[in-house]
Amino acid sequence: MNDGEQPGGIGRRGALHCMVWAGTGVLWGLSGGVPRSLGLVGEAMAAPTSGFTFLQISDSHVGFDKPANPNALGTLQEAVARIGALPQKPDFLIHTGDISHLSKPKEFDDADQVIGGAGLPVHYVPGEHDLLDDGTGQAYRDRYGRGSQGAGWYSFDAAGVHFIGLVNVVDLKAGGLGNLGHEQLEWLEDDLRGKSSSTPIVVFAHIPLWTVYADWGWGTEDAAQALSYLKRFGSVTVLNGHIHQLMQKVEGDVVFHTAMSTAFPQPAPGSAPSPGPMTVPADRLRSLLGTTRVTVLPGTKPLAIVDTPLSAS
Amino acid sequence: MMPISLPRRFSMVAAILLLFVASTARAAAPQPVTIRIDNFTFAPAELSVPAGTTVTWVNGDDIPHTVVAVDKSFRSKALDTGDGYSQTLSMPGTVDYFCGLHPHMTGRITVTP
Repeated sequence: MNDGEQPGGIGRRGALHCMVWAGTGVLWGLSGGVPRSLGLVGEAMAAPTSGFTFLQISDSHVGFDKPANPNALGTLQEAVARIGALPQKPDFLIHTGDISHLSKPKEFDDADQVIGGAGLPVHYVPGEHDLLDDGTGQAYRDRYGRGSQGAGWYSFDAAGVHFIGLVNVVDLKAGGLGNLGHEQLEWLEDDLRGKSSSTPIVVFAHIPLWTVYADWGWGTEDAAQALSYLKRFGSVTVLNGHIHQLMQKVEGDVVFHTAMSTAFPQPAPGSAPSPGPMTVPADRLRSLLGTTRVTVLPGTKPLAIVDTPLSAS
Repeated sequence: MMPISLPRRFSMVAAILLLFVASTARAAAPQPVTIRIDNFTFAPAELSVPAGTTVTWVNGDDIPHTVVAVDKSFRSKALDTGDGYSQTLSMPGTVDYFCGLHPHMTGRITVTP
């Protein structure tokens, strides 16, 4: 089996590099869909790129004040400060949900104030924690949903990439996982109609669109239907949050990636009796929180994904 | 014998009746039941109660949960840590419920006549 090289173009799996930094940093490469460490990397990896970049931020849970992180607003501030210090300013931010912890107006206000400090446009999708108001999401849609459809889904184009924000935290069924629903799936099919299959696609939603761990609800019931519409595209990058840890999977031309939270870590699937905020020693917390930067290099299909913990020097 | 005025006699009868109703109601009211929510689990996940039982769910997790009847007959607000939600189950039958935020969390209450 080849490592993803295809005639007439750079194969996605062969060329995608996901670089995870921790301390001095570890460079990850993907070969034949199997992640393998390529060794430690130094500061040089932080050199500015010439491509279009955007940054994913997730699960800020503003309002959370429990032992796992008594100051979730503070760590969000740290994350935004790091965004401000990047050698190359991202073109915009994507927030993959759970902006607030309990959907309280003050939590949204505080989040807006801090995230607004980055001075960048932000594209949001809601997490289940953002729809807890009496109007079950009206507060979110009033604030972030302008121009969106249904529960808050939408698409836009930037730098030749088609971005699709999906909502999979509404109308969840007993015993089930995340849910997109019929109306949204129809919209998605329609949205992709007429798009050239060489258009790079970035899909972002709160709950993972691949089943990370069904026992904890870490997956989306009807994601397969959505992915079937994306099958014909040569480059599909799926960005999710919800599980508060890095995880990546490559399936054909689709790369799935989950981001760290800026608020608190959660246990690895099955490693604890249940999901939920994981309390770690204070000096370890910032190595488990962070943001994700994605670079689109002109002329190449794959997107380069770099995850940076808050503790990175 | 001194006659008791009609209104007075009526109020005495009413008082006795009220006492009777109150005491039988007290005797008939089943013990309230608490269901704990810890580690993303309803405990006990299944139980049987007589009709008229008031069930209270209490969230012990650091993450909010909700209690939603599958048949949509009731739905709690988001319960933060330590918050509770009560529902009196008066109709015999089966009540299936789940957490609207984490739907893998499910529970069942059998309400007996």
